Amino acid sequence: MHSSGSSFSKPGHEPGPPLWLLAELTYRCPLQCPYCSNPLDFAAQGEELSTAEWIEVFRQARELGAAQLGFSGGEPLVRQDLAELIAAARGLGYYTNLITSGIGLTERRIAEFAEAGLDHIQISFQAADEAVNNLLAGSHKAFAQKQAMARAVKAHGYPMVLNFVTHRHNIDDIDRIIELCIELEADYVELATCQFYGWAHLNRAGLLPTRAQLERAERITNEYRRKLAAAGHPCKLIFVTPDYYEERPKACMNGWGNLFLDITPDGTALPCHSARQLPVRFPNVREHDLEYIWKHSFGFNRFRGDDWMPEPCRSCDEKDRDFGGCRCQAFMLTGDAANADPVCAKSAHHGMILAAREEAEQVPLGLDALQFRNERASRLICKA
Amino acid sequence: MSPSAAQPVSTVTPDKTPRLRRGFRLQWEPAQNGHVLLYPEGMIKLNDSAAEILQRVDGQRSVAAIVSDLSERFPGVPGIDEDILAFLEVAHAQFWIELQ
Repeated sequence: MHSSGSSFSKPGHEPGPPLWLLAELTYRCPLQCPYCSNPLDFAAQGEELSTAEWIEVFRQARELGAAQLGFSGGEPLVRQDLAELIAAARGLGYYTNLITSGIGLTERRIAEFAEAGLDHIQISFQAADEAVNNLLAGSHKAFAQKQAMARAVKAHGYPMVLNFVTHRHNIDDIDRIIELCIELEADYVELATCQFYGWAHLNRAGLLPTRAQLERAERITNEYRRKLAAAGHPCKLIFVTPDYYEERPKACMNGWGNLFLDITPDGTALPCHSARQLPVRFPNVREHDLEYIWKHSFGFNRFRGDDWMPEPCRSCDEKDRDFGGCRCQAFMLTGDAANADPVCAKSAHHGMILAAREEAEQVPLGLDALQFRNERASRLICKA
Repeated sequence: MSPSAAQPVSTVTPDKTPRLRRGFRLQWEPAQNGHVLLYPEGMIKLNDSAAEILQRVDGQRSVAAIVSDLSERFPGVPGIDEDILAFLEVAHAQFWIELQ
């Protein structure tokens, strides 16, 4: 790896450290969730980084100041070198997070990862209902396996986050979801309403909940929060609303290339895990070192600062707060990644968000109408 | 939810011994020029006082021992004991520390 290349850094915009490193170890996954955030054309991506290449990435990012490291994917458990990667990362001083579906996890591997120094395990569920969970996951054994592994994770003394991606087909079960998480002794519960990237964007009409569904879920979550607080219970409920019901956009990634660094399976470095779809040239760790990538590459500087903003962002007094929202959403919905995120009511394209809300009120598509995330569908999408 | 899983809320008193909750780690970060408290998918940048206190939260020292240690290290700081107790109360309410 070398540092050569022109600097695209913007005067006056010296970035802080990339505190968060997300290592998407692989796009391989035994599940087929129709809201997967992986790119639609994942089947066409290049060769996965080797063990040594990953460890070199960890070393360089740590030197730049990264402190949190997420092992993600795809399903990171399919990497046979995972314990070795955990041990190396922990040795460098990272707080190590395994973000998994639980499929492929065993008591033996949980113990092996503990030995390697893994700090925390997050398990994702698809639903609190076994049949819905297994249908969404595309596996008839998924739910029982996840429950068993959540118990094993706690039995080994790890802190545990349980993650539920919620959407119109499971959000009305929010009380059962929370009850299940408390029963499994989750320390944190992420109730993350589907964000519409990757496969979720393809399936938006079948996934976006109605406003009434969302408000009910938030109300019930708040009731549980009060009950937990009154009991002095440490379980923390984190509710993520979908930005489709907001009038101002989210401060996506806390700003472009600000504190988040994602490395994809083939070594492409991204400012967020969905940015690969943008018509922006992103650097690869096989060609450049991370210091160059973070500080000087074209891709990481493309949307730093605000000189790239057109109206209505350019003259907006909230641009320092939300950075014009999400570049990927602006690109997906308007065709120009520099535009204001259409979630913003000031955007000329806000009507698209209003139309999606309208659509959610209509007769929904059933679960069977969703395009499941798998290799075959991805290859078809690549060809198209 | 089952009420049996709940812990009674206890307050910080001199005889208690605090320790970091499982999954929480205090660490010096050169890039941030300060101590941080790391936990699942999160990080809190600590100010100097908070770092001084948490460095002494080791599951061995009592609250009284932490107060006396810091009073010796920083003599003449008025109200240091109340400040320490107040911080530990917050840390406990946030579930960063547990009391034994």
